[in-house]
Amino acid sequence: MLKKQECVAMLLAGGQGSRLYTLTEKTAKPAVRFGGKYRIIDFPLSNCVNSGIYTVGVLTQYQPLALNEYIGNGEPWDLDRVNSGVRVLPPYQAKSGGDWYKGTANAIYQNLEFINRYDPDYVLILSGDHIYKMDYEKMLEAHKEKGADCTIAVLEVSLEEASRFGIMNTDEDLRITEFEEKPKQPKSTKASMGIYIFNKDLLEKYLIDDEADPNSSKDFGKNIIPKMLADGRKMYAYAFSGYWKDVGTIQSLWEANMDLIGDQPEFDLRDRDWRIFSRNYSDPPQYIGEYAKVSNSLITEGCEIEGIVENSVLASGVKVARGAIIKDSIIMRNVTIGEGATINYSIVDSETKIGAGSIIGHTRSSNSGIAVVGSELELKPGTNIPGGEMVDAEWLEKNK
Amino acid sequence: MSATGIIFSNIHDNNIPELTRMRTVASVPFACRYRFIDFTLSNMVNSNIYNISVITHNNYQSLMDHIGSGKDWDLARRSGGIKILPPYITAFANNANLYQTRLQALKSVNDSISRITDDYVVLSDCDVICNVDFNDIIAYHQKSEADMTIAVKTVDLTPETAKINTIFTSDEDGRVTDVLAYPTNFSGTADISLNIVVMKTSYLKQIVLDAIAHDHNSLTRDVIARNMDRMNYRVYKYEGYFACISSFEEYYRNSMDLLRNSEARASLFSVKNRPVYTKVRNSSPSYYSPTSTVKNSMIADGCYIEGTVENSIIFRGVKIGRNATVKNSIIMQDSIVGEGASLDCVITDKNAVITDKRRLSGADIQPYYISKGKKI
Repeated sequence: MLKKQECVAMLLAGGQGSRLYTLTEKTAKPAVRFGGKYRIIDFPLSNCVNSGIYTVGVLTQYQPLALNEYIGNGEPWDLDRVNSGVRVLPPYQAKSGGDWYKGTANAIYQNLEFINRYDPDYVLILSGDHIYKMDYEKMLEAHKEKGADCTIAVLEVSLEEASRFGIMNTDEDLRITEFEEKPKQPKSTKASMGIYIFNKDLLEKYLIDDEADPNSSKDFGKNIIPKMLADGRKMYAYAFSGYWKDVGTIQSLWEANMDLIGDQPEFDLRDRDWRIFSRNYSDPPQYIGEYAKVSNSLITEGCEIEGIVENSVLASGVKVARGAIIKDSIIMRNVTIGEGATINYSIVDSETKIGAGSIIGHTRSSNSGIAVVGSELELKPGTNIPGGEMVDAEWLEKNK
Repeated sequence: MSATGIIFSNIHDNNIPELTRMRTVASVPFACRYRFIDFTLSNMVNSNIYNISVITHNNYQSLMDHIGSGKDWDLARRSGGIKILPPYITAFANNANLYQTRLQALKSVNDSISRITDDYVVLSDCDVICNVDFNDIIAYHQKSEADMTIAVKTVDLTPETAKINTIFTSDEDGRVTDVLAYPTNFSGTADISLNIVVMKTSYLKQIVLDAIAHDHNSLTRDVIARNMDRMNYRVYKYEGYFACISSFEEYYRNSMDLLRNSEARASLFSVKNRPVYTKVRNSSPSYYSPTSTVKNSMIADGCYIEGTVENSIIFRGVKIGRNATVKNSIIMQDSIVGEGASLDCVITDKNAVITDKRRLSGADIQPYYISKGKKI
């Protein structure tokens, strides 16, 4: 038995994120790059550390290499610890057999042994696909105060949006009376953020029961939560206010990146009281050249800019040659952009080379959609990629 | 072949008193996000030297803070790694005189040196900025069967620059024939020492014991000059970029050189497999507002720029207000330049505050210096 921890966080990071297309071709969604020098998983991990939760299990399944490598021993988040720290938990073979994670609940079920090693009173379930800052400790306090069996973080959304979310109907005391998954006629606007705190013993019981049920799809939202509600368990909503964004689609990923820009950005990365930690590379300082013009943009270490950059987020090591124009775009790590190339309303994934004079994407106002160029590609000089196009190796082969 | 690194963190503190009043020369900030020692440490780590001792004598808090456990240089190790050797003053010793020279420093850590088990030692100061593979020097040292190899660089000297350098002359085989320490009337082309010295550990141990017995105090005068006729001392001619920060003006000039000279930047920062490591600070990317104009400048992460920046070096977490103009200047970590302020040829140390509309100007041969935390 390891040293007791009051609360263990379990971060579900196995999702493929298929709606991010080529961006998740080689990496799991939580490892997708975000905001210049971060990956999506930095946000829940930093939240854990900033909330005083130092035991985090990261459940991986789909394309885990980049994620494993990125998390490493947890040092960037101060999670390289003796009695706790971050652990990557892939599916495994056991004496009684073994299987892939069949659903969110099954993933936690398969790792009950990991949880029990810390003898925790509470388990915090997180997902690795949202951008937000949240003090989980406050949520845990609310959970304890109410004497709840389960607390679910909720966010007020507009009535129109409500039918896209799992909606919690509550009484005045925020006790959950009903849970509706994507209701056509929502009765409330409290959307589940996919963040749960359970009393450990109770969670264990429900997971074991759920596992034994052959008709269950082994999912928290579909099975565990409705079952607990039906049993009359004390379930409370915890109202969160502040920035929260699901970055599961190309559009929302682009929007969330743009939310970082501005005098008063919607999401402030500069907040020193709630730092977002990330693995750092040894890149030199940024160099802004004689002919460069950078405006309303975020630029990261290792960038060398000789061209024009406007309303964009540039990750570390991006090289922009003279005469190139980048507008309303997200350029990921170590991309090189040749002379006179124009990139408009696009996302270019890491290590890709854009040849001189190429035209990527179309203006934002044209409504043609966001052009996406995958990682590690080489676009010949003069390549033309229309707006809204998804470019991967296959696309390049076909359009030679 | 294995090697230990020994770094002198305080030698030459006196050369740049402005920047070393509160810190060692090793922890002087340079090039947006580094401290001098980062270059030496990175050179060692990139040359597979993972046993490193840093000898200090005073003002070393900032150095300890910077290095921490050494993990940012991959030097937090169970065996080896980085070790800081502060002055060792025994109880009851009424003599607290600290070392001034490298040989005195080595004598003061004799105990530590006597326990080195690696085959070779690399001695290095901190005020020479370069990106060099020490394995090349060690290989040359082995091939020429030298007793000691000193890295040098051929430069043009004026009497002004000569008097702060050590000049080596050598024959066509590279064997040292003469050494001039801080000559006062020299000008012309010469090989100056990079203060990087390679030798066998056994020879270093012998030198130190010998120096203790004879009360020798100078590596150049008492060891090299005395023994060069009978020992095989060699120079290794380094060809790459280097900056020797021997005065406050040189600090400024070499910083500005990085902006003028893209090759210098590339040969310092963009050498394959030889990155420069530094302490990680988790700054967010820098924000350039629509009102900003930035030209020919190096900028660190965590900055917020609303004004004009030209030919300048901006460290981490600096704020440049609206309509402010910063030209030919070096603004260190977390400093704030107020709205409408105007700076030309200014160096601000960390956490300085320039209030709105303040105008400050130095000259390129004599930049104006604002000390740490000062509000103007």
